[in-house]
Amino acid sequence: MAPLVRVRNWLDERFGWDELLAPLRHKTVPIHRYSYWYFLGGITLFLFGVQVCTGILLLLYYRPSANEAFESVQYIMTQVQFGWLVRSVHSWAANLMIFTAFLHMFSVLFLRAYRKPRELTWVSGMLLLFLAMGFGFSGYLLPWNTLAFFATKVGTDIAGQVPFVGHRLMVFLRGGDEVTGATLSRFFGFHVAVLPGLITLLISIHLLLVQRFGISVPARMEPEWRALPQQKREMRFFPNFLLRELMAWYIALGVLGALAAFSPWGLGTKADPFAPAPAGIKPEWYFLFMFQTLKLIPAKLGMLDGEVVGILTFSLAGLIWLLVPFLDGTKRTQRLVTGAAMFVVAYMGAMTAYGYVAK
Amino acid sequence: MHSAQPKEEVAAPGRRRFLGVLLGGGLFVSAVSFFYPVLRYLVPPRITDMGGDTVVAGKVGELRPNSGKIFRFGSRPGLLLLGADGQYRALSATCTHLSCTVQYRSDLREVWCACHNGMYDLSGRNLSGPPPRPLEQYDVHVRGDEIIVSRRREA
Repeated sequence: MAPLVRVRNWLDERFGWDELLAPLRHKTVPIHRYSYWYFLGGITLFLFGVQVCTGILLLLYYRPSANEAFESVQYIMTQVQFGWLVRSVHSWAANLMIFTAFLHMFSVLFLRAYRKPRELTWVSGMLLLFLAMGFGFSGYLLPWNTLAFFATKVGTDIAGQVPFVGHRLMVFLRGGDEVTGATLSRFFGFHVAVLPGLITLLISIHLLLVQRFGISVPARMEPEWRALPQQKREMRFFPNFLLRELMAWYIALGVLGALAAFSPWGLGTKADPFAPAPAGIKPEWYFLFMFQTLKLIPAKLGMLDGEVVGILTFSLAGLIWLLVPFLDGTKRTQRLVTGAAMFVVAYMGAMTAYGYVAK
Repeated sequence: MHSAQPKEEVAAPGRRRFLGVLLGGGLFVSAVSFFYPVLRYLVPPRITDMGGDTVVAGKVGELRPNSGKIFRFGSRPGLLLLGADGQYRALSATCTHLSCTVQYRSDLREVWCACHNGMYDLSGRNLSGPPPRPLEQYDVHVRGDEIIVSRRREA
């Protein structure tokens, strides 16, 4: 251990190492019956790390062109040693990551952890969730299979319905008027360069804010904690909580490996832009509730197009969601927020299930 | 919640060590199982030479005596020669020095690598310059008007 201590002393003399790490050492995690929810953010971060690693591995063989994309993924899955595993882990971890991010978001929402002073932590987290969905949407197209091709057509077409800027937005996303190889190049660029840059920045901000404000005690426990500080139960973040978090990561990795190995991600058939769309085109499950809603809205609502109304409603809901901490003031609005959140969970669950069974 | 209990630590160092080894060993083994696939993944698969070990290198009459041409042999270049004696020969066109592609010099009646001035004779033997080994020789058969080149089977 002596050399390690020497390295540490060397760093400490120059950077004030111990001082830098002091906040980490003083950081504590409240212990109560909802403590388990604290693991979700970390698990999401871990899955993001898995995505970075497997994504880099896929980049070694993947070719982002309409002529070669499908074949290169096929090559990865059939020729490259363990390529099927790497690709399958990438697909599964993407879906699990979105899932845990949603759980994390809802846990923060229901425990009202976004309260002052953590409003911006919530905002950065919501932006991260939107970015994650952007990753999902852009990554879905990259294997260039039939399902992804048409889902991208539909998805970008929906973006095209936005009033005023819609058409331009659609052309920007597609790299032209149609979904072609140009779209693939663009989505590839978004997926491996633009979004990773943005998400790295936002994750840093998010973690810095979490570090700065410490971990929130659930709203309904806060009065007790204030009244009887001696009864507070806390755990040191380092190493106690971190080790538990590592255990959670290890379990997540086990689940991921099992899913990837026993239920490997399929590839489908190569996209043919001149073939008719097959039945049952569906986006990824996390877009399904919106997709299904848009299918149910009648074509015309009064003077407006049904689609436009749907899109505007979802955009507005997203904006309100982003600004939840600023709406949560009085007891009444708090109840309103919680009620609305419960409705949203029920609505998303029901619509997703409906989307799955609907033809 | 979990304050350290030094007493227990002193009382059962054997058990603690056993658990430590178990945990460490388990983590190590699973780490190996994660990194093994990654290491294997990094090694690109061998590209199988399509068409196997035999290709049509050219047509009879395509080459004048005392000339040569490069043909595709799988993913690598081959050199087909028609000597002044009227005999076909085929060699690997990859120089054994630093993998440049060699050419036939009709003025010298030898195979020449332009990169570092390596010389081979018509049967691929390295004559002068840096090449350390002879070029691989292929079998040539004329079938109809096609010149068939095949890799020599190791006996």
